[in-house]
Amino acid sequence: MNWIEIGTYAVGVFLLIGAIFTLVGAIGLLRFNDAMTRLHAPTKVGTMGIGALLLASMTATFVFGEGSFHELLIMAFLFVTAPISANFISKVNIHHKTCMAPPDPPEGERWSTSLKEENDQVTTDM
Amino acid sequence: MKRLFNWLLPHPVMTLILAIVWISLQNNLSFGMAVFGLILGVIIPRLTAVWWPDRPKSFKIGKMTAYVVLVLWDIIVANVEVAWIVLTRPNSKLRPAWIIIPLDLCQPEAITVLAGTITLTPGTVSSDVSNTGHYLLIHALDAPDPDAVRDDIKQRYESRLKEIFV
Repeated sequence: MNWIEIGTYAVGVFLLIGAIFTLVGAIGLLRFNDAMTRLHAPTKVGTMGIGALLLASMTATFVFGEGSFHELLIMAFLFVTAPISANFISKVNIHHKTCMAPPDPPEGERWSTSLKEENDQVTTDM
Repeated sequence: MKRLFNWLLPHPVMTLILAIVWISLQNNLSFGMAVFGLILGVIIPRLTAVWWPDRPKSFKIGKMTAYVVLVLWDIIVANVEVAWIVLTRPNSKLRPAWIIIPLDLCQPEAITVLAGTITLTPGTVSSDVSNTGHYLLIHALDAPDPDAVRDDIKQRYESRLKEIFV
């Protein structure tokens, strides 16, 4: 076994892991019956699936040619932006009432999504 | 001298991160690229400093690194758990729940990091924050005991973030 062979097997394993997790994410998206639970499968499993695929790509570049660190950047940007899109989708779900209504926060506060009236202002005491 | 340093480098960490991002974007660790990355790292925070008026004053990089490693590990574990739920749990046995987390953190940056962490880890998505920023609304995919999830998040992530953003 030389390094090229080990690298080839490693790339294969990472590709398989990534493909399996991506497939599970797609299955979850189809299978669940509520808009909010549907959101979970792609956001969780997607990060891992894409992470493993990128790891395979990075291993391949290091084994068969010049190494590349672009994949690390893709992963970093993905991890920073994925929560934002999930947050927006769940806010849309709350507005469209396609899920159970969320409970109100205690002490007379309100969720900032549901501030509608003009005299409701977002107050920050941070 | 110190004032000049503060004026030139409003966010030393951001300068470093921008330089690293630039170098890995070019995929080329040469002296010229490093210098150009540092120049970008000085110019961009300087130009955007106006939009960060209340930035956290101190920020512990060592603890943040440990936190990132912990979260990465949790993401891997969470992925396997969620994949297992997706494949084996029928819809009727799923117990999704809304969970309200009272926040002890007060910096917007710290709350953002906490919300991002919650979205990336075990079957939970952060959905909203209350109008005064004291409560966080999250949705859990499968939570037989919502209070346990809340306590777990509070002591696993929030207590660590409190030490990072002092």
